[in-house]
Amino acid sequence: MRIIFYIIQKEFRQIFRDKVMLPIIIVIPMVQLLILSYTATFELKNTLISIVDHDHSVTSRELISKFKGSSFFTIVSFEESYDSGIERIKSGETDQLLVIESDTEKKLARAEKTTVFLVTNAINGSAASLMNAYAVAIVTSFNQELIAETLPGIQTAAAIQTETRHWYNPRLDYKTYMVPGILVLLITLIGMFLSGMNIVKEKELGTIEQINVTPIKKYQFMIGKLLPFWIIAMFELIIGLGFARLVFGIAVEGNIALLLSIASVYLLVVLGIGLLVSTISDTMQQAMFISWFFLVIFILMSGLFTPVESMPEWAQWINKINPISYFIQINRMIMLKGSSFKDVAELFYALCVYAVLILTFAVKRYKKVA
Amino acid sequence: MMKQSVSEPVIKVRNLVKKFGDFVANDHLSFDVQKGEIFGFLGANGAGKTTAIKILCGLQKPTSGEIQVAGYDVYTQAELIKKNIGYMSQRFSMYEDLSVRENFQFYGGIYGLSGSEIKERTKEMLEDLQMTHISNKILREIPLGWKQKLAFSVAMVHHPKIVFLDEPTGGVDPITRRQFWEMIYTAADKGVTVFVTTHYMDEAEYCGRVSIMVDGRIEALDSPEALKKNYNSTTMNDVFIKLARSSGNTN
Repeated sequence: MRIIFYIIQKEFRQIFRDKVMLPIIIVIPMVQLLILSYTATFELKNTLISIVDHDHSVTSRELISKFKGSSFFTIVSFEESYDSGIERIKSGETDQLLVIESDTEKKLARAEKTTVFLVTNAINGSAASLMNAYAVAIVTSFNQELIAETLPGIQTAAAIQTETRHWYNPRLDYKTYMVPGILVLLITLIGMFLSGMNIVKEKELGTIEQINVTPIKKYQFMIGKLLPFWIIAMFELIIGLGFARLVFGIAVEGNIALLLSIASVYLLVVLGIGLLVSTISDTMQQAMFISWFFLVIFILMSGLFTPVESMPEWAQWINKINPISYFIQINRMIMLKGSSFKDVAELFYALCVYAVLILTFAVKRYKKVA
Repeated sequence: MMKQSVSEPVIKVRNLVKKFGDFVANDHLSFDVQKGEIFGFLGANGAGKTTAIKILCGLQKPTSGEIQVAGYDVYTQAELIKKNIGYMSQRFSMYEDLSVRENFQFYGGIYGLSGSEIKERTKEMLEDLQMTHISNKILREIPLGWKQKLAFSVAMVHHPKIVFLDEPTGGVDPITRRQFWEMIYTAADKGVTVFVTTHYMDEAEYCGRVSIMVDGRIEALDSPEALKKNYNSTTMNDVFIKLARSSGNTN
């Protein structure tokens, strides 16, 4: 035990003495949390739309005014023709083009079917489908108003009405969804890089040789190297949760103690991967590249930005070994839904198995040689 | 473990071979080192000295041969060997961002010494070095010669039976080298066996016995006086050059 204490003491001395690392560890993650939480969003507030009105009628003007009145749309231009509208989309000045055919009002007056034409820039598929849905919603509600006005005899109110309630995130605030995920990301980055770089740094300096020539046991060395970063990452998570509460007003719905205990196991997995990387690499440069390779894949597949359920099946299989994916799910469940242990038990056990496997492997790989 | 008799060598090497692929770094080395002896391990760059030291310290496994250090077998009892040896590597290996005292504390700590033992020994060693006044200085700010002397003390903090010094005086000024060798003599007087490599031939003269390695083999092993006589030379420098040149592989 005493031997482990001396390693931990040394690690903390080195961390607190480093005038560059200390702010990196404490300040940068919080800045990231602030910036990413505001920017990593798929919310659409300001869709730019151009309109081609061939009808020039009262009806077409009313439809246009519906778009004007919507907070989602900003009308950037009125175009003479379909072609000039398309040019606007090509040049990026507008996202959407609404074309109202001539004779629309006349056809409606005769109770004939008529169409409006909608073109959407779909380079970003998910944004495009949202824009499309918003525009269609406006046209549909306009259509219902028209029917009610012109054909008062027909009772449209009899149609099924959908009433929507948004649970767990009632104001549909994207930040509420993103903050728990980004918190996971931050402790993952800190944990993996600090632990991954640490042993490699001792390799580069040559101090590891001096340690390897002592009778220290592998497990003592590993625990002494892991614990400091485990403590720092846990500390960071707690600060991050405080930030979420104070800055974003997102309180943990579930049990904080449960969240922290699961986090402590999750961090063992992350630190274990970091250690494994450092046993494989000889230089910090190598360790950096290997860590980033895994991190980029793990982060993009984690479900932070895009739902795991909509990924292809093989990707979902890969996600079974993606620790970030597990903990983002758990963290969102506990923070937003207030899930209990029973709800996250399966994911938690998976993390436990993962931690045992990765740490065993890392300790096995570490050789006391030079 | 078995009690060692006085005459039994503390380092016993028979036919040590270490190969890296096709390259033979150590080619059938055989030698004994006695307790309290200062054993000089000489050779040109790349002759295989560091490899042999690492094997004796349990940092690398030999390809074949029988090797015992401090009475323990290098294949099966490497961790027991480590308890009984000190090692100062070619590369400076104390922490530059820790103070002198903190370095002693860390290395003493991982050798399993108690807090009071560490305190006592640090105080004693710094007094011997007359460096008590810099005990709280960060190592980065201390001149190289001083650091090398500190590194030797750190290697001795757990009172090992044998200490391995791999080119301990590289880049150090003559006065400090002199002081360094006084430290080595003091240690040897206390019964510590010193196994030292060097490129300075005047230092070779200070050793009790000297082995000279050429291309992975030990070409000569004797006291400096006997070597000079055998090779018809007045200095160890001449002996070394005669031996090393015969291999046609020095620069």
